[in-house]
Amino acid sequence: MTTEAVATAADLDIVACHCCGQVCQHAAGDICCVRCGTHLHRRKRDSLSRTWALLLAAMILYVPANLLPIMRTGSLFSSQDNTILSGVVELWRNGSWDLAVIVFVASILVPLLKFAALLVLLISVQMGKDWRTLGRARLFRLIENIGYWSMLDVFVVTLLVALVHFQKLSRVDPGPGVVYFAVVVVLTMLASMAFDPRLIWDTAAVARKHADD
Amino acid sequence: MDTSVANLVICEHCDAVHRRHELARGEVARCVRCQALLYRCPWLDVNSMFALALAAAVMFFIANTWPIVSLGLNGIHRSATLWGAIFAVASDGAGLVAVLVALMLFFFPLLQVILFGWILGFLRLHRRPPGFVPIMRILTAIGPWSMVEVFLLGTLVAVVKAGSIFDIILQPGIWAFAALTVLLTLVASFDLRRMWVLQRERCA
Ligand SMILES: [Zn+2]
Ligand SMILES: [Zn+2]
Repeated sequence: MTTEAVATAADLDIVACHCCGQVCQHAAGDICCVRCGTHLHRRKRDSLSRTWALLLAAMILYVPANLLPIMRTGSLFSSQDNTILSGVVELWRNGSWDLAVIVFVASILVPLLKFAALLVLLISVQMGKDWRTLGRARLFRLIENIGYWSMLDVFVVTLLVALVHFQKLSRVDPGPGVVYFAVVVVLTMLASMAFDPRLIWDTAAVARKHADD
Repeated sequence: MDTSVANLVICEHCDAVHRRHELARGEVARCVRCQALLYRCPWLDVNSMFALALAAAVMFFIANTWPIVSLGLNGIHRSATLWGAIFAVASDGAGLVAVLVALMLFFFPLLQVILFGWILGFLRLHRRPPGFVPIMRILTAIGPWSMVEVFLLGTLVAVVKAGSIFDIILQPGIWAFAALTVLLTLVASFDLRRMWVLQRERCA
Protein backbone atom coordinates (compact mmCIF):
# COMPACT_ATOMS: atom_id res chain seq x y z
CA MET A 1 0.00 0.00 0.00
CA THR A 2 0.94 3.63 -0.41
CA THR A 3 0.12 4.47 3.18
CA GLU A 4 3.80 4.68 4.13
CA ALA A 5 4.49 7.45 1.63
CA VAL A 6 1.77 9.84 2.83
CA ALA A 7 3.00 13.15 4.23
CA THR A 8 1.04 14.41 7.19
CA ALA A 9 0.38 18.02 8.07
CA ALA A 10 2.19 17.48 11.37
CA ASP A 11 5.37 16.43 9.47
CA LEU A 12 5.24 19.54 7.31
CA ASP A 13 4.54 21.99 10.17
CA ILE A 14 1.25 23.03 8.68
CA VAL A 15 -2.30 22.78 10.02
CA ALA A 16 -5.74 23.04 8.44
CA CYS A 17 -8.35 25.35 9.94
CA HIS A 18 -11.23 23.20 11.19
CA CYS A 19 -13.68 25.99 10.46
CA CYS A 20 -12.77 27.04 6.90
CA GLY A 21 -10.15 24.51 5.73
CA GLN A 22 -7.44 27.13 5.15
CA VAL A 23 -3.94 25.62 5.42
CA CYS A 24 -1.73 27.63 7.79
CA GLN A 25 1.92 27.49 8.86
CA HIS A 26 2.21 26.09 12.36
CA ALA A 27 5.69 25.84 13.87
CA ALA A 28 4.79 26.12 17.55
CA GLY A 29 2.49 27.79 20.04
CA ASP A 30 -0.94 29.31 19.71
CA ILE A 31 -1.94 30.58 16.30
CA CYS A 32 -5.11 31.73 14.60
CA CYS A 33 -6.36 31.01 11.10
CA VAL A 34 -5.19 33.71 8.65
CA ARG A 35 -8.56 33.62 6.88
CA CYS A 36 -11.24 33.32 9.56
CA GLY A 37 -9.42 33.86 12.87
CA THR A 38 -10.35 30.53 14.47
CA HIS A 39 -7.89 29.24 17.09
CA LEU A 40 -6.00 26.37 15.50
CA HIS A 41 -4.97 23.10 17.12
CA ARG A 42 -3.17 20.21 15.50
CA ARG A 43 -5.47 17.75 17.25
CA LYS A 44 -8.75 18.17 19.09
CA ARG A 45 -8.01 19.23 22.66
CA ASP A 46 -8.13 16.52 25.36
CA SER A 47 -9.82 14.31 22.83
CA LEU A 48 -9.45 11.01 24.69
CA SER A 49 -10.47 12.16 28.16
CA ARG A 50 -13.44 14.15 26.85
CA THR A 51 -14.63 11.26 24.71
CA TRP A 52 -14.29 8.87 27.68
CA ALA A 53 -16.28 11.18 29.97
CA LEU A 54 -19.12 11.68 27.49
CA LEU A 55 -19.20 8.01 26.54
CA LEU A 56 -19.33 6.79 30.16
CA ALA A 57 -22.08 9.29 31.01
CA ALA A 58 -24.07 8.08 27.99
CA MET A 59 -23.61 4.42 28.94
CA ILE A 60 -24.78 5.03 32.50
CA LEU A 61 -27.88 6.96 31.40
CA TYR A 62 -28.61 4.29 28.80
CA VAL A 63 -29.75 1.97 31.63
CA PRO A 64 -32.66 4.15 32.90
CA ALA A 65 -33.42 5.13 29.28
CA ASN A 66 -34.25 1.50 28.55
CA LEU A 67 -35.75 0.44 31.89
CA LEU A 68 -38.04 3.42 32.50
CA PRO A 69 -41.14 3.90 30.35
CA ILE A 70 -40.72 6.31 27.46
CA MET A 71 -44.47 6.87 27.32
CA ARG A 72 -47.71 6.01 29.13
CA THR A 73 -50.76 5.17 27.08
CA GLY A 74 -53.99 5.47 29.01
CA SER A 75 -57.67 5.00 28.37
CA LEU A 76 -60.73 5.33 30.62
CA PHE A 77 -60.04 2.15 32.56
CA SER A 78 -56.44 1.20 32.10
CA SER A 79 -53.01 2.64 31.57
CA GLN A 80 -49.94 0.98 30.17
CA ASP A 81 -46.23 1.78 30.31
CA ASN A 82 -44.18 1.49 27.13
CA THR A 83 -40.42 1.09 27.05
CA ILE A 84 -38.29 1.36 23.93
CA LEU A 85 -38.16 -2.41 23.58
CA SER A 86 -41.91 -2.91 24.15
CA GLY A 87 -42.57 -0.31 21.45
CA VAL A 88 -40.61 -2.41 18.97
CA VAL A 89 -42.43 -5.59 20.04
CA GLU A 90 -45.80 -3.87 19.68
CA LEU A 91 -45.02 -2.73 16.13
CA TRP A 92 -43.93 -6.27 15.27
CA ARG A 93 -47.11 -7.81 16.69
CA ASN A 94 -49.31 -5.37 14.80
CA GLY A 95 -47.79 -6.60 11.57
CA SER A 96 -45.53 -3.64 10.77
CA TRP A 97 -42.38 -5.74 10.85
CA ASP A 98 -40.58 -3.33 8.51
CA LEU A 99 -41.07 -0.37 10.86
CA ALA A 100 -40.27 -2.60 13.83
CA VAL A 101 -36.90 -3.36 12.24
CA ILE A 102 -36.26 0.34 11.52
CA VAL A 103 -37.10 1.38 15.10
CA PHE A 104 -35.04 -1.51 16.49
CA VAL A 105 -32.02 -0.46 14.44
CA ALA A 106 -32.36 3.26 15.23
CA SER A 107 -33.19 2.98 18.94
CA ILE A 108 -31.35 -0.11 20.11
CA LEU A 109 -28.74 -1.25 17.60
CA VAL A 110 -27.28 2.16 16.70
CA PRO A 111 -26.65 3.30 20.32
CA LEU A 112 -25.09 -0.07 21.20
CA LEU A 113 -22.96 0.01 18.06
CA LYS A 114 -21.82 3.52 18.98
CA PHE A 115 -20.84 2.43 22.50
CA ALA A 116 -18.93 -0.59 21.19
CA ALA A 117 -17.24 1.35 18.38
CA LEU A 118 -16.13 4.23 20.61
CA LEU A 119 -14.80 1.76 23.20
CA VAL A 120 -12.81 -0.07 20.52
CA LEU A 121 -11.47 3.21 19.11
CA LEU A 122 -10.52 4.65 22.52
CA ILE A 123 -8.86 1.49 23.80
CA SER A 124 -6.98 0.71 20.57
CA VAL A 125 -5.65 4.27 20.41
CA GLN A 126 -4.60 4.24 24.06
CA MET A 127 -2.83 0.91 23.65
CA GLY A 128 -0.98 2.36 20.65
CA LYS A 129 -1.97 -0.36 18.24
CA ASP A 130 -1.05 -0.43 14.55
CA TRP A 131 -4.09 -2.51 13.72
CA ARG A 132 -6.64 -2.17 10.93
CA THR A 133 -6.24 1.58 10.66
CA LEU A 134 -8.46 1.91 7.59
CA GLY A 135 -11.18 -0.26 9.13
CA ARG A 136 -11.17 1.80 12.34
CA ALA A 137 -11.27 5.06 10.33
CA ARG A 138 -14.30 3.74 8.44
CA LEU A 139 -15.97 2.57 11.66
CA PHE A 140 -15.63 6.09 13.06
CA ARG A 141 -17.16 7.68 9.98
CA LEU A 142 -20.03 5.19 10.12
CA ILE A 143 -21.01 6.00 13.70
CA GLU A 144 -20.58 9.71 13.04
CA ASN A 145 -23.00 9.55 10.12
CA ILE A 146 -25.75 7.34 11.52
CA GLY A 147 -25.76 8.37 15.19
CA TYR A 148 -28.44 11.06 14.98
CA TRP A 149 -31.08 8.62 13.67
CA SER A 150 -31.46 7.40 17.26
CA MET A 151 -33.56 10.50 17.97
CA LEU A 152 -36.35 8.70 16.09
CA ASP A 153 -38.15 7.40 19.17
CA VAL A 154 -38.02 10.80 20.87
CA PHE A 155 -39.84 12.37 17.91
CA VAL A 156 -42.37 9.51 17.82
CA VAL A 157 -43.24 10.07 21.49
CA THR A 158 -43.46 13.85 20.98
CA LEU A 159 -45.97 13.47 18.15
CA LEU A 160 -48.05 10.83 19.91
CA VAL A 161 -48.29 12.96 23.07
CA ALA A 162 -49.66 15.84 20.99
CA LEU A 163 -52.05 13.72 18.92
CA VAL A 164 -53.50 11.22 21.37
CA HIS A 165 -55.12 13.65 23.74
CA PHE A 166 -58.83 12.90 23.99
CA GLN A 167 -59.46 14.03 27.57
CA LYS A 168 -59.95 10.97 29.75
CA LEU A 169 -60.97 8.73 26.87
CA SER A 170 -57.52 8.10 25.52
CA ARG A 171 -54.22 9.84 26.02
CA VAL A 172 -50.46 9.42 25.76
CA ASP A 173 -48.06 11.01 28.23
CA PRO A 174 -44.26 11.12 28.00
CA GLY A 175 -42.42 8.90 30.51
CA PRO A 176 -39.11 9.68 32.23
CA GLY A 177 -37.32 7.21 29.93
CA VAL A 178 -37.68 9.47 26.91
CA VAL A 179 -35.80 12.29 28.67
CA TYR A 180 -32.92 9.93 29.52
CA PHE A 181 -32.94 8.55 26.01
CA ALA A 182 -32.77 11.99 24.37
CA VAL A 183 -29.84 12.90 26.64
CA VAL A 184 -28.09 9.61 25.74
CA VAL A 185 -28.35 10.39 22.03
CA VAL A 186 -27.01 13.92 22.53
CA LEU A 187 -24.13 12.61 24.69
CA THR A 188 -23.12 9.93 22.17
CA MET A 189 -23.15 12.53 19.41
CA LEU A 190 -20.96 14.83 21.51
CA ALA A 191 -18.68 11.87 22.32
CA SER A 192 -18.07 11.01 18.67
CA MET A 193 -17.49 14.70 17.91
CA ALA A 194 -14.91 14.87 20.72
CA PHE A 195 -12.98 11.88 19.37
CA ASP A 196 -10.16 12.84 17.02
CA PRO A 197 -9.82 10.18 14.26
CA ARG A 198 -6.31 11.43 13.45
CA LEU A 199 -5.15 9.75 16.66
CA ILE A 200 -5.81 6.37 14.98
CA TRP A 201 -3.14 7.19 12.40
CA ASP A 202 -0.79 8.95 14.82
CA THR A 203 -0.55 5.99 17.18
CA ALA A 204 -0.28 3.52 14.30
CA ALA A 205 2.66 5.49 12.87
CA VAL A 206 4.40 5.50 16.26
CA ALA A 207 3.81 1.76 16.69
CA ARG A 208 5.21 1.08 13.23
CA LYS A 209 8.30 3.15 13.95
CA HIS A 210 8.90 1.15 17.15
CA ALA A 211 8.48 -2.09 15.25
CA ASP A 212 11.05 -0.97 12.68
CA ASP A 213 13.67 -0.02 15.30
CA MET B 1 5.16 30.50 0.55
CA ASP B 2 1.49 31.24 0.85
CA THR B 3 0.75 30.42 -2.78
CA SER B 4 2.07 26.88 -2.43
CA VAL B 5 0.19 26.36 0.85
CA ALA B 6 -3.08 27.59 -0.69
CA ASN B 7 -2.95 24.67 -3.11
CA LEU B 8 -2.90 22.04 -0.37
CA VAL B 9 -5.79 20.20 1.24
CA ILE B 10 -5.37 18.43 4.56
CA CYS B 11 -7.59 15.46 5.38
CA GLU B 12 -9.61 16.27 8.51
CA HIS B 13 -9.80 12.61 9.45
CA CYS B 14 -6.16 11.51 9.22
CA ASP B 15 -3.99 14.61 8.62
CA ALA B 16 -2.70 13.42 5.21
CA VAL B 17 -1.67 16.28 2.89
CA HIS B 18 -2.98 16.41 -0.68
CA ARG B 19 -2.57 18.75 -3.62
CA ARG B 20 -5.86 20.28 -4.73
CA HIS B 21 -7.13 19.28 -8.18
CA GLU B 22 -9.87 20.86 -10.22
CA LEU B 23 -12.90 18.59 -10.24
CA ALA B 24 -15.62 18.18 -12.83
CA ARG B 25 -19.26 18.64 -11.83
CA GLY B 26 -20.47 16.04 -9.33
CA GLU B 27 -16.97 14.62 -8.73
CA VAL B 28 -15.63 14.07 -5.24
CA ALA B 29 -12.05 13.93 -4.00
CA ARG B 30 -11.24 11.33 -1.35
CA CYS B 31 -8.26 10.97 0.95
CA VAL B 32 -5.67 8.48 -0.38
CA ARG B 33 -5.01 7.19 3.12
CA CYS B 34 -8.36 6.97 4.95
CA GLN B 35 -10.80 7.48 2.03
CA ALA B 36 -12.67 10.27 3.82
CA LEU B 37 -14.31 12.92 1.67
CA LEU B 38 -11.90 15.80 1.05
CA TYR B 39 -13.93 18.15 -1.14
CA ARG B 40 -16.40 17.97 -3.96
CA CYS B 41 -17.67 19.93 -6.89
CA PRO B 42 -21.45 20.32 -6.64
CA TRP B 43 -23.91 19.62 -9.45
CA LEU B 44 -25.61 22.95 -8.97
CA ASP B 45 -24.29 26.49 -9.32
CA VAL B 46 -24.89 29.33 -6.87
CA ASN B 47 -28.07 30.54 -8.58
CA SER B 48 -29.77 27.14 -8.45
CA MET B 49 -28.67 26.67 -4.85
CA PHE B 50 -30.20 30.02 -3.98
CA ALA B 51 -33.46 28.96 -5.65
CA LEU B 52 -33.43 25.75 -3.58
CA ALA B 53 -32.87 27.74 -0.39
CA LEU B 54 -35.85 29.99 -1.22
CA ALA B 55 -38.03 26.95 -1.93
CA ALA B 56 -36.89 25.44 1.38
CA ALA B 57 -37.91 28.67 3.17
CA VAL B 58 -41.43 28.45 1.68
CA MET B 59 -41.72 24.77 2.64
CA PHE B 60 -40.46 25.53 6.13
CA PHE B 61 -43.24 28.11 6.53
CA ILE B 62 -45.95 25.69 5.32
CA ALA B 63 -44.59 22.79 7.37
CA ASN B 64 -44.81 24.84 10.54
CA THR B 65 -48.17 26.53 10.00
CA TRP B 66 -50.27 23.65 8.67
CA PRO B 67 -51.09 20.62 10.86
CA ILE B 68 -49.02 17.49 10.20
CA VAL B 69 -51.59 14.74 10.89
CA SER B 70 -55.05 14.43 12.44
CA LEU B 71 -56.42 11.63 14.57
CA GLY B 72 -60.08 10.78 14.83
CA LEU B 73 -61.82 8.89 17.64
CA ASN B 74 -65.61 8.48 17.67
CA GLY B 75 -66.03 11.56 15.52
CA ILE B 76 -63.74 13.79 17.59
CA HIS B 77 -60.73 15.00 15.63
CA ARG B 78 -57.41 16.23 16.87
CA SER B 79 -54.60 17.57 14.74
CA ALA B 80 -51.06 18.49 15.65
CA THR B 81 -48.55 21.02 14.38
CA LEU B 82 -44.87 20.80 15.27
CA TRP B 83 -45.21 23.59 17.85
CA GLY B 84 -48.38 22.03 19.21
CA ALA B 85 -46.38 18.86 19.83
CA ILE B 86 -43.53 20.79 21.46
CA PHE B 87 -45.92 22.58 23.85
CA ALA B 88 -47.79 19.36 24.62
CA VAL B 89 -44.56 17.61 25.65
CA ALA B 90 -43.39 20.63 27.66
CA SER B 91 -46.66 20.89 29.59
CA ASP B 92 -46.56 17.15 30.27
CA GLY B 93 -43.35 17.44 32.26
CA ALA B 94 -40.69 16.61 29.66
CA GLY B 95 -39.37 20.15 29.21
CA LEU B 96 -35.86 19.05 28.25
CA VAL B 97 -37.24 16.92 25.41
CA ALA B 98 -39.35 19.88 24.26
CA VAL B 99 -36.27 22.12 24.15
CA LEU B 100 -34.24 19.54 22.19
CA VAL B 101 -37.09 18.94 19.73
CA ALA B 102 -37.61 22.69 19.23
CA LEU B 103 -33.89 23.15 18.52
CA MET B 104 -33.43 20.14 16.23
CA LEU B 105 -36.64 20.45 14.24
CA PHE B 106 -37.36 24.18 14.28
CA PHE B 107 -34.54 26.54 15.19
CA PHE B 108 -31.57 24.75 13.58
CA PRO B 109 -33.36 24.02 10.27
CA LEU B 110 -34.69 27.61 10.27
CA LEU B 111 -31.19 28.99 10.82
CA GLN B 112 -29.84 26.75 8.04
CA VAL B 113 -32.46 27.98 5.57
CA ILE B 114 -32.03 31.66 6.45
CA LEU B 115 -28.21 31.66 6.64
CA PHE B 116 -27.66 29.58 3.49
CA GLY B 117 -30.13 31.85 1.69
CA TRP B 118 -28.36 34.96 2.99
CA ILE B 119 -24.89 33.81 1.89
CA LEU B 120 -25.98 32.45 -1.49
CA GLY B 121 -28.08 35.55 -2.15
CA PHE B 122 -25.05 37.81 -1.77
CA LEU B 123 -22.64 35.46 -3.57
CA ARG B 124 -24.85 35.31 -6.66
CA LEU B 125 -24.63 39.11 -6.85
CA HIS B 126 -20.81 38.89 -6.47
CA ARG B 127 -20.93 40.72 -3.16
CA ARG B 128 -19.32 39.73 0.08
CA PRO B 129 -22.07 38.52 2.48
CA PRO B 130 -22.13 40.66 5.65
CA GLY B 131 -21.21 38.58 8.68
CA PHE B 132 -19.73 35.84 6.50
CA VAL B 133 -17.25 34.41 9.03
CA PRO B 134 -19.62 34.10 12.04
CA ILE B 135 -22.38 32.75 9.78
CA MET B 136 -20.09 30.04 8.42
CA ARG B 137 -19.15 29.14 12.01
CA ILE B 138 -22.82 28.80 12.98
CA LEU B 139 -23.61 26.70 9.89
CA THR B 140 -20.70 24.35 10.61
CA ALA B 141 -21.77 23.96 14.24
CA ILE B 142 -25.50 23.33 13.73
CA GLY B 143 -25.24 21.03 10.69
CA PRO B 144 -25.16 17.72 12.62
CA TRP B 145 -28.02 18.81 14.92
CA SER B 146 -30.62 19.58 12.28
CA MET B 147 -32.84 16.49 12.03
CA VAL B 148 -35.83 17.09 9.78
CA GLU B 149 -35.32 13.75 7.98
CA VAL B 150 -35.45 11.81 11.24
CA PHE B 151 -38.70 13.58 12.14
CA LEU B 152 -40.24 12.52 8.83
CA LEU B 153 -39.52 8.87 9.59
CA GLY B 154 -40.75 9.44 13.16
CA THR B 155 -44.06 10.76 11.83
CA LEU B 156 -44.47 7.60 9.78
CA VAL B 157 -43.84 5.41 12.84
CA ALA B 158 -46.24 7.48 14.98
CA VAL B 159 -48.96 7.28 12.31
CA VAL B 160 -48.63 3.51 12.03
CA LYS B 161 -48.66 3.11 15.83
CA ALA B 162 -51.76 5.28 16.24
CA GLY B 163 -53.39 3.86 13.12
CA SER B 164 -54.28 0.61 14.83
CA ILE B 165 -56.70 2.48 17.15
CA PHE B 166 -57.57 5.80 15.51
CA ASP B 167 -58.59 7.15 12.12
CA ILE B 168 -55.64 8.92 10.52
CA ILE B 169 -55.87 11.90 8.21
CA LEU B 170 -52.62 13.17 6.72
CA GLN B 171 -52.53 16.97 6.60
CA PRO B 172 -50.59 19.32 4.26
CA GLY B 173 -47.87 19.80 6.89
CA ILE B 174 -46.57 16.28 6.39
CA TRP B 175 -46.05 16.82 2.64
CA ALA B 176 -44.40 20.15 3.32
CA PHE B 177 -42.07 18.38 5.78
CA ALA B 178 -41.28 15.76 3.12
CA ALA B 179 -40.45 18.48 0.58
CA LEU B 180 -38.46 20.41 3.19
CA THR B 181 -36.44 17.26 3.96
CA VAL B 182 -35.44 16.86 0.31
CA LEU B 183 -34.66 20.57 -0.17
CA LEU B 184 -32.77 20.95 3.08
CA THR B 185 -30.71 17.82 2.38
CA LEU B 186 -29.74 19.27 -1.01
CA VAL B 187 -28.95 22.72 0.41
CA ALA B 188 -27.03 21.39 3.41
CA SER B 189 -25.04 18.99 1.22
CA PHE B 190 -23.42 22.05 -0.32
CA ASP B 191 -19.78 21.78 0.73
CA LEU B 192 -19.28 24.54 3.30
CA ARG B 193 -15.57 24.69 2.48
CA ARG B 194 -16.50 25.57 -1.07
CA MET B 195 -18.29 28.68 0.18
CA TRP B 196 -14.92 30.09 1.25
CA VAL B 197 -13.46 29.43 -2.21
CA LEU B 198 -16.52 30.95 -3.91
CA GLN B 199 -16.43 33.91 -1.58
CA ARG B 200 -12.81 34.61 -2.53
CA GLU B 201 -13.32 34.07 -6.27
CA ARG B 202 -16.53 36.05 -6.58
CA CYS B 203 -15.79 38.97 -4.31
CA ALA B 204 -12.12 39.62 -5.16
ZN1 LIG C 1 -10.13 29.35 9.14
ZN1 LIG D 1 -7.56 10.92 5.41
